[in-house]
Amino acid sequence: MRTRVAWLAGQLVLTLAVASVAVFWVLRVLPGDSAVVALGVNATPEALDQWRAAHGTDRPLIVQYLDWMGGLLHADFGTSFVTGRDLTALILDRVQVTLIIVGLGMLLALLVAIPLGTLAAVHHRSAWGTVIGGASQVGVAVPNFLVGVLLVSFVAVRARWLPAGGWVPPILDPAEFWRHAILPAVALGTVQAAIITRYVRSAVIEVMREDFLRTARASGHTRTTALVHHGLRNAGVPVVTVVGVQLAGMLVGAIVVERVFVVPGLGSLLVDAVNQRDLQAVQSIVMTLVVLVVAINFVVDLLYTVLDPRLRTGREVRA
Amino acid sequence: MVVRRPFVAALVVAVTFALAACSAGMTAVGEGTVVGPGGAARTDVTIAVAAEPVNLDFTTTSGAAIPQLLMNNVYETLVKIDQDGAIVPLLAESWDVSGDRTQYTFHLRSGVTFSDGRPFTADDVVASFDRVRTDWLNAISAKMDVVASTTALDEHTVRVTLTRPSNAWLFDLGTSVGAIFPADLTGVDLRTEAIGTGPYRVLSVRQGDRIVLAGRPEYWGGPPAMTTITVRYLSDPTSAVNALRAGDVDMLFNSATGDQVRQLARLGGFQVVEGTSTGEVLLSFNNRVPPFDDVRVRRAFAYAIDRQAIMDTASGGYGTLVAAMVTPQDPYYEDLTGLFPYDPARARELLAQAGATDLDVTLTVPSLTYATTAAELIVSQLAQVGVRVRIATAEFPAVWLDQVFTRHDFQMSVIQHSEARDMLTVFSRDYYLGFDDSTIAPLAAAADAGTWQEYVDGMKQVARHIVEQAGGVVLYLAPTLTVADEALTGIKPNAVTESMDLTTLAWAP
Repeated sequence: MRTRVAWLAGQLVLTLAVASVAVFWVLRVLPGDSAVVALGVNATPEALDQWRAAHGTDRPLIVQYLDWMGGLLHADFGTSFVTGRDLTALILDRVQVTLIIVGLGMLLALLVAIPLGTLAAVHHRSAWGTVIGGASQVGVAVPNFLVGVLLVSFVAVRARWLPAGGWVPPILDPAEFWRHAILPAVALGTVQAAIITRYVRSAVIEVMREDFLRTARASGHTRTTALVHHGLRNAGVPVVTVVGVQLAGMLVGAIVVERVFVVPGLGSLLVDAVNQRDLQAVQSIVMTLVVLVVAINFVVDLLYTVLDPRLRTGREVRA
Repeated sequence: MVVRRPFVAALVVAVTFALAACSAGMTAVGEGTVVGPGGAARTDVTIAVAAEPVNLDFTTTSGAAIPQLLMNNVYETLVKIDQDGAIVPLLAESWDVSGDRTQYTFHLRSGVTFSDGRPFTADDVVASFDRVRTDWLNAISAKMDVVASTTALDEHTVRVTLTRPSNAWLFDLGTSVGAIFPADLTGVDLRTEAIGTGPYRVLSVRQGDRIVLAGRPEYWGGPPAMTTITVRYLSDPTSAVNALRAGDVDMLFNSATGDQVRQLARLGGFQVVEGTSTGEVLLSFNNRVPPFDDVRVRRAFAYAIDRQAIMDTASGGYGTLVAAMVTPQDPYYEDLTGLFPYDPARARELLAQAGATDLDVTLTVPSLTYATTAAELIVSQLAQVGVRVRIATAEFPAVWLDQVFTRHDFQMSVIQHSEARDMLTVFSRDYYLGFDDSTIAPLAAAADAGTWQEYVDGMKQVARHIVEQAGGVVLYLAPTLTVADEALTGIKPNAVTESMDLTTLAWAP
């Protein structure tokens, strides 16, 4: 168990290091000059030089990279080239928003997918199972933004039940927060619910064929209690995997949903920063996303060990 | 059995969470529908605007979004440009001009305070004008180059001495370059703080979302009608229209496309106010390189373009057809659209004369909706006179600025030039069009230094010369399109400077 955790942590650090180098250098290759974007079309060469000196973009790239890394090690992203704001505070603020809608979306998805998927598995030979299977098939094919656009046009514009977009932080006004958070979460969660339903269904069907379940039934459990007490935990490994993968995907999907609902999350911050060639901000946001994805994978890997005892020895890891 | 309890507990927590979510949403909806838009008691307004300021400091950051929000509303100037383009008093109650037109003596309004409580005096004017020359990085600071010195004669009198007479300068004083800041800015970061004398102050900034302005009851012109103005930044026109239709915002300021505004007008329930802007959409030529170093080719292109068709498609038919980069609010405006009427036959003739019968041209288009729409039409209109045009898209702003503006690596482009009275800037030799300004430069200088009548006549001559030389083709003057709740009054239709003037906005009683 301990060697497995150490191995995973080592992987994590290596991934982050490689990612930081890639992010930094790729951005420097992009066409566009931050100083020109900031100062605009009529800026004099002297003004541009003055701006570059003030923002340190006239230093050698390796110095800029080391400077940035030095900051990262202290969890300090530096200041934005364009807004002059402290990026650490800004990114922390925006990442909360994204995590809230991703979290709510995933929660909604699981609340729908686990019962529905199990139901579809138990009745997989009957009409019910076919209906759920078919519906989830359709759900998987629908893109996030389409769900978002439909929600805006029916729930907000026509019915005027909820706002068409925008964001209110939960501490500012909890009621308004919920009104603004529901539609983005539903837009993100719907597609995930469909995907996860399919995984839950196949995982449960798989488990129902296992010997230990037959043994449980033989020892007096009904099909349902046998499934709840012995089956679900074993169906957990593939479901946790897909939830992990989907969570990482949802962070990216959130960019689109944030655009549709005008939610000031990490995604919209990233798009704006790219447009303004605010390189310091772009590289810090991308690194934050990398950290989140890597952290999710790390947690998923750890969960395997918890869920499946067979993975707890070092030998199994290398295999 | 180990699995069961945490599982059930998690389920209970999740369901409670979800139920709480629903009920929170429901109550809020109920409350939301009680206060209808246009309710008599309202003193707040929410406005959707497309471009968000990257910070609050237009002295070191370019871009129209910052002065659009702050000028007139938060920062004020000595003189103001009114809706017809006339120069009227604001922080200066009056001014005298010396006989040689190089000395301006401004008599300042008394009883004016900044939003941090400090009184406004002549020292603030001197410091603000001096700072333009020492601290500003924004290129518009060049507009104050003509100022030799600014001195305070007494607490409420300021004398500005110019190096030469300038008609353009007094107008520029009504734009952001003339903004009055407190003299002492120690410890003030202008990127995050705005201290002005206007009727509103900046209450909060939520980047990526909104900026909230609060009315100043102590404003010298009397308390403004709104206690708060929330400006929401919705860069996607569809989101802006949805927000208006869902009742989230009360007014769209240039944040929907022309087509969408037509649809909203048809839908009813909203007032649509169309005014002029200072933004000319220009089909620009690189006058340095073939084939556009030949005036016959440029003129042929000017004849080949059907501007009305382009304005109808790219701007939903809203806007004004102008031929020069001069708006109807400018004192030297005249209708020059007759110089190059849509005439494909004449275009073909000119191309034949220039020996350019088999032309391949690249049109570098910034990634902006109006530009890509206009570009499609330009391609088909030029095809009718035998010119093959290839479209190359350049990401705006970064790539377009780098490639077209800085490196001049282009043949043709389409872009809106938003700055007020920018004809001489755009058609100067060093600008990206590379227009030969040897004829107009002395004319423009003489006009600027002359009497008012000489100014008007001289600038008319300059505009006519530029149109005749066809250094670029002005496609149309973009409209200022405001769509608002019918109960909203005091909407200023025209954008005569970069400012979105919200100072007279009020709800009908």
